[in-house]
Amino acid sequence: MTPVGRAGSAIRPRPQFTRFSRAERWVHRLTAVLMLVCIGTAAILYNGSLSLAVGHRRQVELIHVYCGFALPVPMILGLVSLAYRLDLRRLNRFTEADWRWLRPGRRRPEDRVGKFNAGQKINSWLSSGSILVLLISGVVMYFVGLTPLAWRTGATFVHDWFALALGLLVIGHIVRAVKDPDAREGMRTGSVSAYWARTEHPGWASEFEDHPPDAGLQE
Amino acid sequence: MLPADPQGPPPDGAPVGRRAVLGLLALGVAGIVGGRVVESALDRVVAPVELRDPTGLVSLLPAGATFRYYTVTGPVPKADPVTYRLGVTGLVGHPLSLSLDDLRALPQTSLTKDFRCVTGWQVLQVPWSGVLLKDLIDAAGPTSAATAVRFSSFDGLYSESLTLEQARRSDVLVALQMQGKPVTHDHGGPVRMYVAPMFGYKSTKWLSGIELTAGVQTGYWEQRGYAVDGWIDG
Repeated sequence: MTPVGRAGSAIRPRPQFTRFSRAERWVHRLTAVLMLVCIGTAAILYNGSLSLAVGHRRQVELIHVYCGFALPVPMILGLVSLAYRLDLRRLNRFTEADWRWLRPGRRRPEDRVGKFNAGQKINSWLSSGSILVLLISGVVMYFVGLTPLAWRTGATFVHDWFALALGLLVIGHIVRAVKDPDAREGMRTGSVSAYWARTEHPGWASEFEDHPPDAGLQE
Repeated sequence: MLPADPQGPPPDGAPVGRRAVLGLLALGVAGIVGGRVVESALDRVVAPVELRDPTGLVSLLPAGATFRYYTVTGPVPKADPVTYRLGVTGLVGHPLSLSLDDLRALPQTSLTKDFRCVTGWQVLQVPWSGVLLKDLIDAAGPTSAATAVRFSSFDGLYSESLTLEQARRSDVLVALQMQGKPVTHDHGGPVRMYVAPMFGYKSTKWLSGIELTAGVQTGYWEQRGYAVDGWIDG
């Protein structure tokens, strides 16, 4: 248990649960930086007023392209980490309770959100899938000798719309994070307060008890 | 604090995430292979809306016939329409220096053709008009040593070339008008090239000089990997 004092709770160290390993936090950090550079340069390359104000298309394009090529690399390197792979497994799996979570009216008291809620899972799928599609369509556009012109036109079309969708997703992700300082702390420091975990992710919080009820049944 | 079992519980539920990622990949690949058809259909719907949209918000969407503005330098200074001169120089008998009025007084040719970028974006059926490059070359009288034409831009950096044979085609314009209006600064005005059978990078914007040369000199993008003959390959 790491004693983390905060204003107002300095008397007793708050119990903390480990949420993200160092490897996971670095994957997130590097992906975030590359993503923001891609979004910034994309805006310059795409928007007419910005294009004309900044110019230097070749240099902006090179930054965009190389950050784009690098974008999936932290996620691929993360695979060497067991914690990262285990979290990928959790993000991949979707239960009946997750489907119900998406429609708050249908949620049931016995549905206990695990380490990731359904929205976080879907965000992870859409982000990683979109990054792959942007990478493939970007390669088609950048290496102009690779494919017939019709494919490059198709790739431009795909790249534009996926970029718009992913941009909105990233904005949504940031807005949600801004509203939840505890979640941000989890990604920044690696651990979260037990209180937050029990409130937001009760199914996951119960894994920290000495005799987790679920694990007991299965073993 | 670490969980009692660091591995967590065994997976519960279906691998929907994997299916979603593979589904997006399939959608993306289908879009690359067949997107041109979808895009043309979408443009037909969006372009009229975009023209009448008072908020300008529709133009932020990647649909409709939209040019993308490629500038290889920083912001390009605007040309003064009064003092603007287009030089036709190099291996010629009579070098020319033409004002906008001189160019407007010459026979004008109109073309309605697609504008295609080598990276794939396109604007279909753009009306262009201006002076045939062939007419300017003939007026300057190239010497027997001239085999190519080099274009320079008052952005101070961009250049392009065509062989003399390519330059004499009847679909190669020194464009003064685009979409029925004088070529705006943003689109490379007041005077730009429009080389209809080739990709957009062959159509020099902010044109300031036409020079007859003894050989093709590679242009800005060609030094960076694009084909010197930028024929649209279909």
